[in-house]
Amino acid sequence: MNEVIIIENVSMKFNKGKVNALNDISFNISSNEIFGLIGPDGAGKTTLFRIMTTLILPSNGEVKILGLNTTKDYKQIRQVIGYVPGKFSLYHDLTVFENLNFFASIYKTSIEENYDLIKDIFVHLEPFKDRKAGKLSGGMKQKLALCCALINKPKILFLDEPTTGIDPVSRIEFWETIIKLKKSDITIVVSTPYMDEAKLCNRIALIFNGVILNISRPEALISNFKDKVIKIKSDSNSKLKKVLSDFDKSINSYYYGDSIHLVISEDSNITQEDIFTFLNQKDIIINEISLITPTIEDCFIKYLTNG
Amino acid sequence: MDDIVIKTENLTKRFGDFIATNNLTIEVYRGEIFGFLGANGAGKTTAIRMLIGLLRPSSGKATVAGCDIYKEPEKIKKNIGYMSQKFSLYEDLTVLENLRFFGGIYGLKSSTIKDKSADLVEKLGMESISRKLIKELPIGWRQKVAFTVALFHNPKIVFLDEPTGGVDPIVRRQFWDMIYDAAENGTTIFVTTHYMDEAEYCNRISIMDEGIIKTLGKPSELKKNFNVDSMSDLFYLIARKKIL
Repeated sequence: MNEVIIIENVSMKFNKGKVNALNDISFNISSNEIFGLIGPDGAGKTTLFRIMTTLILPSNGEVKILGLNTTKDYKQIRQVIGYVPGKFSLYHDLTVFENLNFFASIYKTSIEENYDLIKDIFVHLEPFKDRKAGKLSGGMKQKLALCCALINKPKILFLDEPTTGIDPVSRIEFWETIIKLKKSDITIVVSTPYMDEAKLCNRIALIFNGVILNISRPEALISNFKDKVIKIKSDSNSKLKKVLSDFDKSINSYYYGDSIHLVISEDSNITQEDIFTFLNQKDIIINEISLITPTIEDCFIKYLTNG
Repeated sequence: MDDIVIKTENLTKRFGDFIATNNLTIEVYRGEIFGFLGANGAGKTTAIRMLIGLLRPSSGKATVAGCDIYKEPEKIKKNIGYMSQKFSLYEDLTVLENLRFFGGIYGLKSSTIKDKSADLVEKLGMESISRKLIKELPIGWRQKVAFTVALFHNPKIVFLDEPTGGVDPIVRRQFWDMIYDAAENGTTIFVTTHYMDEAEYCNRISIMDEGIIKTLGKPSELKKNFNVDSMSDLFYLIARKKIL
């Protein structure tokens, strides 16, 4: 595997050093992978994107994109990458077609030349091609931004939170598009606050407070999670959760959809039967109790809980 | 539990030929957590704007907190709280200043504001941040403060428009603990979210598509009726037009 992005000891300080947005980050991204940066707002995802796309320089460290240095070779890098920022950044006063044409001309290419790459996305936009970009719906704006970012046939595509605030159905459709793009030999770096999207990436980095907590394949993240996760359902999960907080300090329990997840550390002797007995004594009616495979969100919560 | 605090009958809003909200008929009860779901552009925001007295409906009837939405929109505003993801607080004011400002807007006495603020700061463990500017706080704390502000005047109903977008998984759960507490105290919670696990935390949910409520009920019953395992599957089934 060819490393297309190399990040070495990157730190970023703002406000005269008062804010540490990124703290000594190092990792590589290989060609033709979908690499996910997973973390909540304020974790440092956007700062890292802005460094990788040559928009800001890091306070410390070095970033190489396709062997080019983001400090010295930023002009060449910009020719070979595509970037969709989290905030809609196209020209509101230009039409869909004018925006696309404008971006094509900047890269000295034409819509026709790279039409194959954008075709699948552009067909949805075609009925609105004479509409001003500012008048498009959220989903359509995003599709246009993606087309503009692809018009120079980039080798690497950066997508900063493309699905934030987007409903679950549109999110699934957007991911279908991303996975198709990967087949066109494009490396994709994508960030999201939705943990369920992590499993669609080839590798993910969990990021929080400017620090990378873990980098791995989603399956490996889960198989390396050694604690036991027990899923419990009752008629009143809020009562269940309150009762569980009295059980034992070594366990962690939290809401998870229609259930409570209870995490028992691997070195603990507590068993599922112990919990069952305890809840019975407390008159909690259990509808379901089972040992489950942890999710990415369980892993993330564990990293956050352990500091 | 069965006191009705929101009641709508065929509530409709048209913009020209476009029907944003089409014959909305729902009842929401006191102390209930009601999840108002739907895809982007399904008509949720239009419906909420009518319910909070900001937008006059084209037709239909509705009462919110006992007030008629045509005749008493100002009285509705006194009886509800509202929190959106984008704007809820003044970033250049401190936590306490925001509480004082919004308390003042709702006509609370300054002595009441002072006592209540002190209570809340203690109860929520906000001592260390109460004199900090909102913009200096992490997003999780901002959301908690925003919710506290929305509840400050003891509203009968709180409308929460995607309150947890982008918040980390732990803070998201702490936020839901606050929602449960408020509901247990009798406040009705009317919430929108794109996190389907949060839909499960609601007592009842509705799913809207193209201005119409397609289904409404308890999460567990809906999953059973539609024979799906999760709310994501249910949402996908209902909101994806190709399937229907």
